[in-house]
Amino acid sequence: MTSKLNLDQKVIDSARAHAKNIAESMQEFINEHTTVSTERTVVRLLGIDGVDDVERPLPNVLVDAIKDAGGLPRGVAYWIGNAIIRTGKTPQEIADAVATGELDITKLDPVTVEEARAAIEPYVEESLAKIRKQTAKRNEYLATIGEGKRPYLYVIVATGNIFEDVNQAEAAARQGADIIAVIRTTAQSLLDYVPYGATTEGFGGTYATQENFRIMRERLDRVGEEIGRYIRLCNYSSGLCMPEIAAMGALERLDVMLNDAIYGILFRDINMQRTIVDQFFSRVIIGYCDIIFNSGEDNYLTTDDAIEAAHTVLASQMLNEQFAVLANIKPEQMGLGHAFEMDPETEDGFLLELAQAQMAREIFPRASLKYMPPTKFMTGNIFRGHIQDALFNLIAVWTGQSLQLLGMLTEAIHTPHLHDRMLSIENAKYVFNNARHIGDEVEYKKGGIIQTRAQEVLVKADALLAEVEKDGLFATIEAGKFAAIKRPFEGGKGLEGVCVRDEMYFNPFIEKMLGGAK
Amino acid sequence: MSHTTATANTTVDLTKIKPYGDTLNDGMVQTSFTLPVPDGDEAWEAARQLAKKMGLEEPNVVYHKDLGIGYTYVIVYGKCQHTVDYTQIHVTKVESTVMDRVECIQYMKDHFTRPIVVVGASTGTDAHTVGIDAIMNMKGFHGHFGLERFHDPLQPGTGMIAVNMGSQVPNEELIAKAIELNADAILVSQTVTQKDVHIINLTNMIELCEAEGIRDKMLLLCGGPRISHELAQELGFDAGFGPETYAEHVASYILQELVERKRA
Repeated sequence: MTSKLNLDQKVIDSARAHAKNIAESMQEFINEHTTVSTERTVVRLLGIDGVDDVERPLPNVLVDAIKDAGGLPRGVAYWIGNAIIRTGKTPQEIADAVATGELDITKLDPVTVEEARAAIEPYVEESLAKIRKQTAKRNEYLATIGEGKRPYLYVIVATGNIFEDVNQAEAAARQGADIIAVIRTTAQSLLDYVPYGATTEGFGGTYATQENFRIMRERLDRVGEEIGRYIRLCNYSSGLCMPEIAAMGALERLDVMLNDAIYGILFRDINMQRTIVDQFFSRVIIGYCDIIFNSGEDNYLTTDDAIEAAHTVLASQMLNEQFAVLANIKPEQMGLGHAFEMDPETEDGFLLELAQAQMAREIFPRASLKYMPPTKFMTGNIFRGHIQDALFNLIAVWTGQSLQLLGMLTEAIHTPHLHDRMLSIENAKYVFNNARHIGDEVEYKKGGIIQTRAQEVLVKADALLAEVEKDGLFATIEAGKFAAIKRPFEGGKGLEGVCVRDEMYFNPFIEKMLGGAK
Repeated sequence: MSHTTATANTTVDLTKIKPYGDTLNDGMVQTSFTLPVPDGDEAWEAARQLAKKMGLEEPNVVYHKDLGIGYTYVIVYGKCQHTVDYTQIHVTKVESTVMDRVECIQYMKDHFTRPIVVVGASTGTDAHTVGIDAIMNMKGFHGHFGLERFHDPLQPGTGMIAVNMGSQVPNEELIAKAIELNADAILVSQTVTQKDVHIINLTNMIELCEAEGIRDKMLLLCGGPRISHELAQELGFDAGFGPETYAEHVASYILQELVERKRA
C-alpha cells in the first residue's frame, strides 16, 4: 500500500524498534514473576470451578491457601501436580478438599518438577482441546453462516441483568450489530476474584462470570444462525482478574476482549508490576484462541486532550502491538484502539481526526483497528450528538477501520435505551453504505493539513518512544507521560498478589500456548 | 386574517405558557418512545392513545420501526393541552455571583490570608473521572481552566490548593484526606446513576461526614450530569452542580460561601 499521508517509513521503523525494545525489556521482568490472578488462571484452565460454603470462588480458595503457606513462588501447577500424585485425586477434587480443610496441599511429600508436570499433563491437554474446539466452532460458523462487512458494527449492552442483556443483544443483532459487548458492572475491575454463576444485579453493567458468558454466547449463536450472520461477543479481560477472564473467554468462545498492557495501571490504579505480569498471560491465551484484543488508547483522550496528546495514542498502539507480538498474537487479532474525541468546536477538527485514523490504518495495515466514538464532548443535545456520530462513522468507512464501537446520541445521558441503539446502527449503516468506497477514490493534498498533521504526530510518537526506551516503561508511567496520570511502582491495587518465581516454577499453559500446541 | 388578531397572537400570557412550534400556543411537542408490542396498526394506535393520555391532542405517529424483538419505536407529534404558570415558578439555585478565574484569584487575595484547600474525587464504585477532572485538573474543560490553576503562580502558598483523588475512591478515604489536609471544601463527583446508585453513595457520604464530625466544618459539594442543586440540598449537601458547570462556578460558590460563613 502506498502511503496516502506520505509518512516517512524510516520514522515508522524507528518508532516500532523503540517499542520492541521496551516490550522486550519488560519481558525479562514478566518472566521472573507470577501473580495470584495468573495462578488462578492456571487453576481455572485445569478445570477447577465452583464456590465454597461461603461463596468464595474455588480458584481463590486454592491459590490463597498456597499463597498463605508461602508456596506461590513455585506456581500452582506444581502443587496440583504434586497433589495428583500423592492423593490420586483430580484437580477439582483437590480444590474441593482444600476448601473443606481436609487437604493441606503444600504439606504433602514433594515430587520432582518433572513428575508434577507429567501428572497434570492430561488435564492441560484436555483444557487445550476444549479451547481448540471452541475456536474450530467459530471458524465453522464463519465458513457457513458468514459475517458482516467491516467496519463491524459494535454495540454495548449494559442492563446489569444477564437475562435482560440477552434480549437487548438479540434486538441489536437483528438490527444489524456484528459485535455485542457486555459492559461490566462498574467496580468489577477492582475485584480480586471472578464472581460465580448467572447474575442479575450490577451497576452500569453486568458482572463478567463464566456462566454469564455462556448464556450470552448461546443466545448470540441462536440469533446468528437465524439471521445468517455470526455475531461476535466481547467482554473485558482487564482489571485485577485480567488473565482469568481471558481463560473464561477462551472456554466460552468470546471473540473480542478488551485487553490493554497499561490501561489498568493508569485508569484503575492497579499496580504496574501486577498488570504487566497479568497482561502477558492474558494475551498468550487470547493469541492462542484467535480472540481479537482491543487496547484502550481511546481512554487517554478522555483525560488528556485529543489534539495535543494524539502522539501518546500512537506510541501506546506501538507498545500494545509489540507486547502482543511477544504473546504470539497475529496482526489480524490486534484491535489497537483510538478514538474520535476532539473538541467539535475545533476548526478543521474533522481533518485532524481523519489524519489520525488514516495514520493508524497505514502504520498497522493488518491490524483490526478499534475505533471509539465521541464521548467527552457529547452533550444533552442528542441531535448534534447524532451528527457527531455520523462524522465519526464517515471517517471509519473512509479509512477502513475494523471494529466500530457505535456512538450513541444519548451518550451523555444514560446507558443506551433499546431505540438509541437502533438509531445508532441505522446511522452507521447509512453512512457506511453511502460512502463505502470513498477511501479508494480520495487522495490527500501533498503537504496539506491532513498529511502534515499525520507526519507531525508520527514524529512526536517516535520521540516519546525513544524517551520511554531510555527511561524505562515503569519510570515513564511514574512520571505521568501517558494520559497525564502518574502511578508509583509500589503503589496501586494488587501489589500484594505479585511474587518472584522460584527455580521450580512452571506454567504449562504459557509454554504450550506460545508453542501453538495442536 | 385581520391585523388585530396578528398582534394578539404575539402576546405571551405568562400565567399560561405552553410549547411553541411555529405559532404561539400551538403546543407542539415531539416525543419518541418504544412500545413492547409488534410494529403494526395496533401499535401505532396504542402510541396515539398514550400520547393523548400525556396531554397531546391530535397525536400523529410520524415514524415507526420494528426493533427486532417484537417491539416498536415511534416518533410522535402532538399538541400539548397543559399550561404552566410561569409567574409562580420557584427554583432553588446556588446563590453566588459567578466570577471568572482571574476574579476568583483576586477575591482570594482580598478576603483570605491563607490558601483554600479543596479535595475532590469520583467516589464509590464510579470509575468516571471526566467530571471531576473537568472541574479540578489544570487543563479544565472546553477552555475553562480547572481549580488547580486558581492561584497566582508568582505568589506560592496562596490561592487554591486542589487535590483530585481520581475515581473509585471510597467515601472514607476522601473524608480522611479532607481531614488530613484540613480542607475547606469536599467535591464529590457522580456519573453513574443506574438504579440510583449515586443517591445511595451520596447519602452514605453525608452520614460518614456527620459521624466524623466534619459536616459543619467543611463545605460539601456534589456534581454530575444528573445532579441538581435541589437534589444536593435534599441529600444534605451544601450545593450541587449539574451539566454545564465549570471550575469558576464551583470556585465562586466556595469562596463566597466561606466569606459568608466567616471562615476567611
